[in-house]
Amino acid sequence: MRELIALDRVGMMYQGASGPVAALAGITLEVGAGEFVSLVGPSGCGKSTLLRIVAGLRPATVGTVTVAGRAVRQPVADVGMVFQAPVLLKWRSILQNVLLPAELAGKNPASLRGRAEQLLDMAGLKGFGDRLPRELSGGMQQRAALCRALLLDPPLLLMDEPFGALDAMTRDDMALELLRIWGERDLGREARKTVLFVTHSIAEAVFLSDRVVVMSPRPGRIAADLRIGLPRPRTVEVRASEAFGKLNLAIFNALTGRVGDAPSA
Amino acid sequence: MTNLARLGRQYWPTLGLFALLLASWQIAVSAGGIREYLLPSPASVWAALWHGDTPWAQHLWTTTFEIIGAFVLAAGVGVALGVAIAWSPLLANALVPFLVFVNTLPKVAIAPLFLIWMGYGIFPNMLMGALIGFFPVVINTAVGLSQVEADMLDLGRVFNAPKWKIFAKIRIPNALPYILSALKITATAAVVGAIVGEFVASQRGLGYVIVTTQSSMNTSVAFASLIWISVVGLVLYGAVVLAAQLWAPWAEGVD
Repeated sequence: MRELIALDRVGMMYQGASGPVAALAGITLEVGAGEFVSLVGPSGCGKSTLLRIVAGLRPATVGTVTVAGRAVRQPVADVGMVFQAPVLLKWRSILQNVLLPAELAGKNPASLRGRAEQLLDMAGLKGFGDRLPRELSGGMQQRAALCRALLLDPPLLLMDEPFGALDAMTRDDMALELLRIWGERDLGREARKTVLFVTHSIAEAVFLSDRVVVMSPRPGRIAADLRIGLPRPRTVEVRASEAFGKLNLAIFNALTGRVGDAPSA
Repeated sequence: MTNLARLGRQYWPTLGLFALLLASWQIAVSAGGIREYLLPSPASVWAALWHGDTPWAQHLWTTTFEIIGAFVLAAGVGVALGVAIAWSPLLANALVPFLVFVNTLPKVAIAPLFLIWMGYGIFPNMLMGALIGFFPVVINTAVGLSQVEADMLDLGRVFNAPKWKIFAKIRIPNALPYILSALKITATAAVVGAIVGEFVASQRGLGYVIVTTQSSMNTSVAFASLIWISVVGLVLYGAVVLAAQLWAPWAEGVD
C-alpha cells in the first residue's frame, strides 16, 4: 500500500513556564492513501498538535514528516481541515463560506460554484446556500465546514474532533454521513480520501476507522496501533456487534494501560 | 398601524416623562416667578428656536460641517492607525505608547494652542473633534482585527494565503462591528470637540452662539442652540446605529 503520510521519530518540544516541555516524542506512523485513521487519547496527549504538524502549521522539533512524498516544511496546501468548531465566517452565506478556500488559495471562486453547490446537496444542505451560518444548527454548520474542506478536492482530510461539540444523536448521524461522503459505498480505496481523524470517543473511532492509533500523554507517544477489521460499509448494526465491543474494550485497555484480551476482530 | 401601535407601547413612558418635565418646567417658570434670564420658559425657547434674529441656518451648517469633518477624520485616522497596529508588531510597539500618551492629555486644554497655530476657522474645530474621538476607533479596530479564531487563521495558512488577503477577507470584516461600535462614541465626541473649538475661537457656529449669549444674558437663545446641537448629535448617532444594523447585521450584541 502506498503511504500518503509518513512520520519518522517525530518529536515536539515547546517552552513552558518552567523550562522546555515535551509535547510529542518518538512518533513513527504511516498512513496509507485512502486509509481512515483515528487518533485517540486523553486531553493533552498532543493529538491535535500532531494533526497540525502533518498540515505543516506547526514545525516538528525533531524527526521528519512526509506528505505525498514531500517533506513538510511549510503549510501543505493540498489538505482539507475540519475543526471542533465550524469556524464559519459569520458575515458570509453558507455558499460563500464553502467557496472561501478557493479565494484563499488564489483560485477563481466562480469556477468552483457548481462544485460547492454539489457538495452542499450531498451534505444535505440543499437550499441553505444563501443562509447565514447563525441560521443553521450546529450539526448543519459542521456539514458546511466539511463541504468547505472538500471544495478543492484535497487527497487528505485532517479532522480535529469535528463532532466533539455536537449532541450524541447528531454525532452518530454525522459519523454515518461522513462515511457516505467519504465514499465508503461507492468509491474504491484508491478514490477515497485519506483521513486523519482526532477524537475523544473510542466508539466513534472504531465505527469510522480502518485503524485506530492510541496515544499516551506527556509526552505524547503511540501506545497502540489497532487495525479495525470490521466490514465496510459500516451500518448502525455494527455498533451492536460483538467484534465492535471487543475492539472498544481493547482500545480502552490500551488507553488506560490495563491488560486485557487481544482483539480478535 | 400595528407598527405605530407597537412603537407607541414601547415609547409612551419616554414621551410621558418628557411631557411631564416640559410641563413642570413651564409651570415653574410662569407660576414660580423664575426670571427669564436665569431659566427661560419652554415657550420662549421654542420661539427662539425659530426666531430670525439668530441666523440659525448659517450656524447650524458651520457646526454640522465641523462635526462631520471631525467624525470622518477620526474614523479615517483611527481605522488607519488600528490597521497599522494590527499589521506589524514593530508599528504597534512604536505607536501604542505614544497614542496612549496623547489620549491621556486633556484634549480640551490643547484648544488654545490650536488657536495660536491655526487661527480662527473651521479646520481647528474639526481637528479638536477628531482628536477627542479617534482613540476608541484605533483600539476597537486593532482589537477587532486580532479577535479572529486561531483555527480560522490556520485555515488561511494552510492555503498559503498572503497576509493582505487574510486582512481583506477575514480580519477587516471581523473588525467591522467593533469599528462601528467605536464610531458611536466618536459621533458624540465629534460634537463635543466642535463645540469646544467654537468656544475658544470662532465667529460662527452653534458653540459661538452660546458664547455670545453670555454677555447679552439671552438664555433662551443659548437653550435653543443647545437643542440644535443635540439634534445634530442625535442624527449623526442615529446614522451610525443604522449603518451598524445595515453593514454588520451579524454582530448584534458586540457592544
